[in-house]
Amino acid sequence: MDLSAINPVLFIAGFFVAATPLIFAAIGELVVEKTGVLNLGVEGMMITGAICGFAVAVETESPLLGFAAAALGGALLSTLFAFLTQVMLANQVASGLALTLFGLGFSALLGQSYAGMKPPRLEDVDFGPLGDIPVIGPVFFSHDIIVYLGLGIVIAVWAVLKFSRAGLILRAVGENHDAAHALGFKVKRVRALAIMFGGACAGVGGAYISLIRVPQWTEGMTAGIGWIALALVVFASWRAFRVLLGAYLFGGLVQLQLNLQGAGVAIPVEYLAMSPYVITIVVLVFLSRSRSAAPGSLGRIFHASS
Amino acid sequence: MIALVKRPEPSRVFSLAAPLLAVLATMVFGGLLFAVLGKDPIEAIATIFWEPLFGEFAFFYRPQLLIKGAPLVLIAIGLSLGFKAGIWNIGAEGQYIMGALFGAGAGLAFYPLESAFIFPLMVLAGAFGGWVWAMIPAVLKVKFGTNEILVSLMLVYVAEQFLASMSLGLLRNPEGMGFPGSRNLQQYSSAHNADLIAGSGMHWGVVVALIAVIFAYVLLARHRLGFAIRVTGEAPRAAAFSGINPARLVLFCLGMSGLLAGLAGMFEVSGPAGQVTIDFNVGYGFTAIIVAFLGRLHPVGILLAGLLMALTYIGGDIAQSKMGLPAAAIQVFQGMLLFFLLALDLFTNYRLQFKRAEAV
Repeated sequence: MDLSAINPVLFIAGFFVAATPLIFAAIGELVVEKTGVLNLGVEGMMITGAICGFAVAVETESPLLGFAAAALGGALLSTLFAFLTQVMLANQVASGLALTLFGLGFSALLGQSYAGMKPPRLEDVDFGPLGDIPVIGPVFFSHDIIVYLGLGIVIAVWAVLKFSRAGLILRAVGENHDAAHALGFKVKRVRALAIMFGGACAGVGGAYISLIRVPQWTEGMTAGIGWIALALVVFASWRAFRVLLGAYLFGGLVQLQLNLQGAGVAIPVEYLAMSPYVITIVVLVFLSRSRSAAPGSLGRIFHASS
Repeated sequence: MIALVKRPEPSRVFSLAAPLLAVLATMVFGGLLFAVLGKDPIEAIATIFWEPLFGEFAFFYRPQLLIKGAPLVLIAIGLSLGFKAGIWNIGAEGQYIMGALFGAGAGLAFYPLESAFIFPLMVLAGAFGGWVWAMIPAVLKVKFGTNEILVSLMLVYVAEQFLASMSLGLLRNPEGMGFPGSRNLQQYSSAHNADLIAGSGMHWGVVVALIAVIFAYVLLARHRLGFAIRVTGEAPRAAAFSGINPARLVLFCLGMSGLLAGLAGMFEVSGPAGQVTIDFNVGYGFTAIIVAFLGRLHPVGILLAGLLMALTYIGGDIAQSKMGLPAAAIQVFQGMLLFFLLALDLFTNYRLQFKRAEAV
């Protein structure tokens, strides 16, 4: 075992890379849940985003177009969920599961011919002299644009939810859909839009895994990150900045686990690999005692009966 | 203008028709999907649904129907109890793996002793393995209010890693020349879950699956506990007032579904699969979710849905080897089925009303 093989600066910088897929998926789901909808299809939308992004990036040789396609793919799949739950009034838990099962199969089908390929590289943002500062430069100013976009989206979601009229309507729909309906807000329209936003975010998060973090396409490569993102929303008690905190904590743990594997610690690889899931469960246990933060109408079906 | 009006009572006709319509719609859209993939849609659908039952090699495929259907039915029966009460165990895949590991472990511990006690012991161990794994989310939910959906799912990934560790380590065949995987239980007659009638596909797992169907039917239709499950799902407030203990219900539903999933895993590993390997699990735990919904969470419905789903597995395999249809296409096909079912379910509880737009 050689722990000195772990470079602390690269290790900390790796936090951002490990956390970005989670940030995207979790902040999207946070918005969806704020409108009172529980979409358990995050994993399916992520993996669909991962293959859509990968395929388009390989074909066009533009990673950014890949990310755009991933957002589109995730949003399209989530439209299916919106249709099922908002128009056909289907059970949200079952529909979310269906979305995940379908997404895993669909992505495997699309991805057949892309296994083993290398995607085009996304350049890091050039911060000029900032990037040359020792320690701080590599940690904060040596990432690709998507990492910073993730931070930007978290700030934007926080600001919209807290300060704007749109955010107020969104929260009203989530807290009490009957009251919101009585005030004349279009409950279903708000929810459908939120679901699509969540789908687009999950798609980008998935593409970040296939285009940058791994970077390669393999079947089922999201390996439960979508589910961890769902847990993260609970962890964050539906607050945007806590999502960020949770994602970095979690990203750090994943990073630590990978580094320990690399350093050849005496713990078998399988037990290290199961640690992120075990830790998620432990965190859920500690945080579940206060459920009061959950939106009031979460998971309930809305049907305006006259 | 078309409006949705809630039916005073769920329609019985539609409740039965929705799964059939969903299957039909899936055939049509699945056919379209296959056409897009460049395969003849009619031939593909016929290969999946007709070939295994009535084709040239049907004598070979029909037993497979029981072999593949049994674990699906066994798991789905367990899941349906919880789903009815709004308790969502979606980690059956993990419980299935743990059942297989416990069951195989119990058998291999006695190798090469031959005794009539070994197989019953393995059955108990398998059931225990699945039960224990499901008790983790159950106890956490009861004690701390933790979300059982997330915990049970996380435990699938933990179980998969555990399976890898076991098949490379503790349970590895010492005479396997370094290959991963355990001894083959099919060659260890005390531990082998053989066909009860040779070549029929009828092994102990099939028998237990049928018993589980009857047991669930009686439980739901006749027993107080079944009544508690139904009330909790349909009217949680009424259930609370009538003094039903929700914690006991969570422990029972999750425990029971874990136990049945564990049994399914144990019967699979000691019979059709034969050995513990890294990729021993093939997703029965997840497909069983579709089976439970397709069967309308009703024991008899689940039996039929399990057979239908087994048919798509077998037909999918045939289509894969004969027509080069990708394996993932069948997965998409099964996912589609669940979509159509959920969508069509609307008409069980609502009806469409056509009326002229009223002047405001």
